Amino acid sequence: MKLHEYQAKRQMETFGLPVLKGAVISSVAEVSSVLMKTGEGPIRGEGPIRGGGPWVLKAQVHTGGRGKAGGVKRVEEVKEAEAFVQNLLGKKLVTHQTGPEGLVVRSILVEPAVKVDRELYAAVLINRKTGHPVLMVSAEGGMDIELLAATAPEKIFRVEVDPHRGLESFQARDLAFATGLAGELLGESVRFFQNLVKLFISSDASLVEVNPLGVRPGKGGECPRLLAMDAKMTIDDNAAFRHADLFKEADISDLSNAERRAAEVGISYIRLDGTIGCMVNGAGLAMATMDIIKLQGGEPANFLDVGGGATVEQVTEAFRIILSDPHVRVILVNIFGGIMKCDVIAEGIVQAVKTTGLDRPLVVRLEGNRVEEGRKILADSGMKMTLASDLADAARKSVELSLTTVSQGGPR
Amino acid sequence: MSILIDQNTKVIVQGITGAAGSFHAKGCRDYGTQVVGGVTPGKGGSNVDGIPVFNTVKEAVKAGEATAALIFVPPPFAADAILEAADAGIGLIFCITEGIPVLDMARVMATLRGTGVRLVGPNGPGVITPGDASRPGCKIGIMPGYIHKPGRIGVVSRSGTLTYEAVWQLSQRGLGQSTVVGIGGDPIPGTTFVDVLELFEKDPGTDAVLMIGEIGGSAEEDAAMFFKKKMSKPLFAFIAGRTAPPGKRMGHAGAIVGAGGEGGGISHGSAAEKRAALESSGVTLIDSPADMGETVLKVIRP
Repeated sequence: MKLHEYQAKRQMETFGLPVLKGAVISSVAEVSSVLMKTGEGPIRGEGPIRGGGPWVLKAQVHTGGRGKAGGVKRVEEVKEAEAFVQNLLGKKLVTHQTGPEGLVVRSILVEPAVKVDRELYAAVLINRKTGHPVLMVSAEGGMDIELLAATAPEKIFRVEVDPHRGLESFQARDLAFATGLAGELLGESVRFFQNLVKLFISSDASLVEVNPLGVRPGKGGECPRLLAMDAKMTIDDNAAFRHADLFKEADISDLSNAERRAAEVGISYIRLDGTIGCMVNGAGLAMATMDIIKLQGGEPANFLDVGGGATVEQVTEAFRIILSDPHVRVILVNIFGGIMKCDVIAEGIVQAVKTTGLDRPLVVRLEGNRVEEGRKILADSGMKMTLASDLADAARKSVELSLTTVSQGGPR
Repeated sequence: MSILIDQNTKVIVQGITGAAGSFHAKGCRDYGTQVVGGVTPGKGGSNVDGIPVFNTVKEAVKAGEATAALIFVPPPFAADAILEAADAGIGLIFCITEGIPVLDMARVMATLRGTGVRLVGPNGPGVITPGDASRPGCKIGIMPGYIHKPGRIGVVSRSGTLTYEAVWQLSQRGLGQSTVVGIGGDPIPGTTFVDVLELFEKDPGTDAVLMIGEIGGSAEEDAAMFFKKKMSKPLFAFIAGRTAPPGKRMGHAGAIVGAGGEGGGISHGSAAEKRAALESSGVTLIDSPADMGETVLKVIRP
């Protein structure tokens, strides 16, 4: 589950990480009152510093690249802020990561605009190779880290973290020295890196990213300070049982109705651009089914894994979800009954078609446990369908049908 | 011959009184596996279809001399179940549970490292050394036994049903399997492709290996490197997910392109990257999932 920036920063604050006091806007009407409050708020450790602007407004959408796409703006005046909010709220923001369909902006974070001398990068994620969390830090902040990893990997410093012990002080010091955070920032940097790792582990995060990590100039002889200027956090869905509070606030407005329904009934479903709707048991076989459709010259309309022990209800719901996509011209059911019995699946298909109706061609490939019984149930049902003898045959027949059937959603 | 398990392996089932645990404990026993006990805390003294149930793994091990454990414990308690098995002296642990938090697995693996305990899974179908009337087999997992045939092809996979598809294609063509290993679809697996390839390479009962990979991580790239440097037996590979869109998790927790953390941040875990690495190492790539059996057959018995 992805957190919004404002949610991530709230988490960071509870772990002692330096963030600005911000506020979230979800209507134009509240802009001026929120701006005044935000401007007056004390910044960590510095007391009240201003009563007005400038401010930074940031669209809260689950994607990177917001700045370049016009989703972030520095404003001096309340009117300017209102105009920006008016233009952005409820509209789609298209960034280089969202694809052309973009994401709808439903809330905007307001923070006081601050000056920084330097911008660094810090992130914690899981290194799948070692099975450890890894803290990555670079002195080159503010830019696309993937680009940096590709062009100048030597500028990214990594340390592996023991998942029991967390980040050791010496590891944090190493990173601070490597990225020029020595001197008067050393103590604060060590605390920052250690707390960032604590946040990652305690929240069951799969990613925590601070980009940029700013260095604010010290005022009147004070030490400079670190500041998490942006925050990205993803929480491991498997750990939801430990983080009911975080998951309660999950913003799932980006999910389509079909994806939400699938999640509710325990089906993995991802909509794609093609015309062949797939219902498969098992994630690997579901991916392989998409692959073979493509190899045969067709386009899969979705990834759908009904799971290893699907019930008649799940099969019915899977059918509904596939049929809800108007671009689907053909449905391909590919089941390898391992523990799951083919006659149960066949019963499910018959039930599903009875309750949802079937207005598009259906290709069924059944194999494995109790396959003869399953095929008999389908044959006796009187339903119109194409039976396939194996995986290749199923893909071939589906693709042929997808090219000769007219889509209800118009051509793709 | 086989790897990991054979007809002499004695196994206990943790979580045996649950629906999946009891069903598959019986399934394994019916296949010929020596299921010597089960564990469900608080249900010690009862039995599941004649299989004695114990409160702790230690008790079960003491009573039945088990050397392997099969785990069906729900995700919040699965990491603890793995550590309990290791603590009781079990050296071979198969975890079927799907949905264990990644950091739980990070901690489990940090604990097991250097102990010599082998964990296979989680989130996989388990392991089977096929048997028939003349040659007893051993099944420690949830795979349907009847699709397998004893033979000399090793199979290793991150998937469940796609493995059944591959095994089915092999068996249909008369190509039996030495052992079939499901390493599971999680981001931090207990056993990697390289671990299993190493075992198959050493196993005199295995002539060639079919590997079924998928998007996410860099385990297939590691396997490619291992093959190039250390393997003499033919290796065949199919990689699922060529059509998967980046940034989306395809059912398995570990099946995602571009999530970061792949080999330290540069690789994206895409099928194209994996296929390129395997091809340049001399592994026989299989393009279509319908051709897995046929491709192996053509090379093995030209």
